[in-house]
Amino acid sequence: MNKYLLIPLGLFMVLVAVFFVVLLRGKDPHLVPSALINKPAPEFHLTELGDPAKTFSPQQLRGKVWLLNIWGSWCVACREEHPVLIELSRSGAVPIYGLDWKDKREDALSVLEELGDPYVLNLSDFDGRVAVDYGVTGAPETYVIDKNGVIRYKEVGQLTHENLQQRILPLVGELNK
Amino acid sequence: MKRALFFIILIALPFSVIAKVAQPNEDPQIEQRMKNLTEQLRCLVCQNETLADSRADLAEDLRKQIREQMKAGKSDKEIIAYLTDRYGDFVLYKPPVKATTYLLWFGPFVFLIGGTILLYRFVRRRREMIHEEPLTPDERKQAEEILRSA
Repeated sequence: MNKYLLIPLGLFMVLVAVFFVVLLRGKDPHLVPSALINKPAPEFHLTELGDPAKTFSPQQLRGKVWLLNIWGSWCVACREEHPVLIELSRSGAVPIYGLDWKDKREDALSVLEELGDPYVLNLSDFDGRVAVDYGVTGAPETYVIDKNGVIRYKEVGQLTHENLQQRILPLVGELNK
Repeated sequence: MKRALFFIILIALPFSVIAKVAQPNEDPQIEQRMKNLTEQLRCLVCQNETLADSRADLAEDLRKQIREQMKAGKSDKEIIAYLTDRYGDFVLYKPPVKATTYLLWFGPFVFLIGGTILLYRFVRRRREMIHEEPLTPDERKQAEEILRSA
């Protein structure tokens, strides 16, 4: 038996092993890795949903660890996520700021009235410009931003008890030290 | 007279609609650049579609921003940088050549060259393995007879 004949077989086995490991890890290949992790959170000036006369900028939260939650009244998954946010805000573990994305003010306010308001503040990004700056691909998405205004983590999709306990709350605890 | 006017208006009416359709309020040069650029970009929502084809809301927003930036005189390169800063290389259908993508770009050629070398060595070895015995005088005579009779 020619030993060179075994090379393609060996390569094939390596390929199978690689595919197998990636498959078993069960990561969704549709999730786009965020380009903004460990980069400064983009600056913006948006009006507050509750009081359009006031504007807000992330600069005001320097020295605090906070979450930026992208949502909209049109987003079904956000509605499912809502109870988790309410629970999180009651626990007082970390302040949640909302970015109301491509929405109408009345619609957003009526959802908050109906389901409760977990947000310290909500910002109106009705034309979706700020969301693009943050590399948002869909709602809901949640960013963890540290005391220096740097994005440390991004959860694509709903916050759940699992990813809160496993990743976000431990990270928040560490950043608050 | 009234009648004639009515008919003129009636005839002119469809043309006014055509004139509206045929006259896009956008600069054709920018539209052409838009088309070329957005065909190279991936829509983040329907990931198998280009930004040019996608009807997703986000794609529309991105197209709007790209158009604005073109009007502001930004080059294609600057616009691509703007998008990759936010969404990563993933938005590009054609990945850039850099350290993490060397295997992707040059892997096929490595395999091609490697395979050619293996094939060459394999064929040469086989040639060496086959020994051709020269014909004996008897066999030669036999062969010549066969050739002559044919």
